[in-house]
Amino acid sequence: MTGTAPDAPAGTVEARGPRPKPFFTPRKIIIYSILVFFSLYYLFPLYVMIVTSMKTMPEIRFGNIFALPEAINFDAWGRAWSSACTGLTCQGLSPGFWNSVKITIPSTIVSIFIAAVNGYALVNWRFKGSEVFFSILIFGSFIPYQVMLYPLVMITRDLGIFGTLQAVIVIHTIFGMPILTLLFRNYFASLPQELFKAARVDGAGFWRIFFEIMLPMSLPIFVVALILQVTGIWNDFLFGVVFAGTQNYPMTVQLNNIVNSAQGTPEYNVNMAATVLTGLVPLVVYFVSGKWFVRGVAAGAVKG
Amino acid sequence: MADTAAPLEASADAAQRPGLLQKIFLHNLSAKVAALPMVVTVLVVFIGCTIWTVYYSFTNSRLLPTGKFVGFDQYERLFATSRWNVSVWNLVAYGSMSLVITLVVGFLLAVLIDQKIRFESAFRTIMLYPFALSFIVTGLVWQWIMNPTLGLQGTLRNLGWENFTFDWIANPRMVLFALLIAGLWQGTGFCMVLMLAGLRGVDEEVWKAARVDGIPTWRTYISIVLPMMRGVLITAIVILGSGIVRLYDLVVALTNGGPGISSEVPAKYVFNYMFSGGNIGQGLAGATMMLLTVLIIMIPWAYLEFGGKGKRT
Repeated sequence: MTGTAPDAPAGTVEARGPRPKPFFTPRKIIIYSILVFFSLYYLFPLYVMIVTSMKTMPEIRFGNIFALPEAINFDAWGRAWSSACTGLTCQGLSPGFWNSVKITIPSTIVSIFIAAVNGYALVNWRFKGSEVFFSILIFGSFIPYQVMLYPLVMITRDLGIFGTLQAVIVIHTIFGMPILTLLFRNYFASLPQELFKAARVDGAGFWRIFFEIMLPMSLPIFVVALILQVTGIWNDFLFGVVFAGTQNYPMTVQLNNIVNSAQGTPEYNVNMAATVLTGLVPLVVYFVSGKWFVRGVAAGAVKG
Repeated sequence: MADTAAPLEASADAAQRPGLLQKIFLHNLSAKVAALPMVVTVLVVFIGCTIWTVYYSFTNSRLLPTGKFVGFDQYERLFATSRWNVSVWNLVAYGSMSLVITLVVGFLLAVLIDQKIRFESAFRTIMLYPFALSFIVTGLVWQWIMNPTLGLQGTLRNLGWENFTFDWIANPRMVLFALLIAGLWQGTGFCMVLMLAGLRGVDEEVWKAARVDGIPTWRTYISIVLPMMRGVLITAIVILGSGIVRLYDLVVALTNGGPGISSEVPAKYVFNYMFSGGNIGQGLAGATMMLLTVLIIMIPWAYLEFGGKGKRT
């Protein structure tokens, strides 16, 4: 706000509002020092990862993880991407990257679609028992995966998809269902009921209302679901290692194999480059989506 | 509640039969078809697979699940195995420390961020980004930082601090703290976001009233705001708790259970017996114990959430 108050005499500017506090109050200093201290703790690993990935092995053996690399050097990144050994083959992380892409894209699309339809049916087309199933679904999401793992291996084996990408996609769809259905149910419940009723009066059926009215209105929740699923599925390790089969291991599994299959002298720069590469996709999603990611995290925590 | 399903009258009249069947099966048919994936998942996976696991944990299944019932034998063996007992102890120790510290740090950071500070969004971004990363990435970075020769310890020794020791990752008695550092790094941001949402949900009037009454800020937080955030706190505890029971990837990436068996956890024990130990019965018994733990966390929550108000649906 500029200018003077209307009743102030011309030529003078009257001081208004509370007196501005000095910036360096003891309280402020304490607050900022704690926050900066914690920020260093959170940032340190990212710094170390990136710095180490650009060093040469002699530099690393010199033994200063704080030091900046002598020269920006992306050799280790190239090796991590295309020639590091994962225990079986020496093609680097790139096959794992593409496997993760092949897993993440269909799993995300299928799970979000199914959850959207579930949520829509739960809110607008209630049928006997639907709420009971939904409650069990939400409770079920807290059951440790290990409890359901072995029977699921048997089921996917019987279906003939064990050890393929389809199996991982099915598993991600199953375990993504509780949280996503909850998200969509709550979102659809918040939309005005009149819309749905008017469409019904006009004679629109289940699917028409879904595709022509509900879907176009639910873009915000789709973005949240998309972020949750892409980061969640990309970061998965357990389902990939159990269901994908060695040829289809996602990036996280290959990364762990590169670093933890101790054959020969470990190349720490390659290991860290591989780690950065694996973390890149979720980090990009995080930094690009910003507030939406936070909303997803918060939504992921709302109770049924 | 606009339940579109009409109440079913118990008129078992022969002439009415088709109508009744129609009501049950055809009413809202599209909705039922649409909800089929959910129903199948609940019946087959969440209920079916769980019952299967619990049942077969009472058999002597080795390489393949077989039907020979042996009562509690698997459980007796489980609790006679030092690796399992170490795993359980580790989970209890790690879990309780992790839960308490995550909640305290998460709340502290949320309170500080809530002080109308500058660069709020920068601080929030920095604190939450580890949560976007997988446990594998988290584990591997910290494994490198805690590497005794080339990591933090080596660096500080090279810089002249000869006696500096930070070998937790290689020290059986300290390895759980190494796990804790990495776990907290990944998860406290999430807790902070939850707590911040809780704090922002507290009515401004409460603060004004407390100020008028001359209650110091820290007391307002502890005796007024914190109890008002009960819902958020319980949610956080349930989510963090069931996440801790599942703890697996982080251990695999950071220590792979070592040194020796000093950082083994139940989820890893279960996995190894199921998929490489060739002793499925043991794996299933371990899994059932994990289930039991989660139920112990869940049941009081479910009771508070639904039982008290009597609106259990």
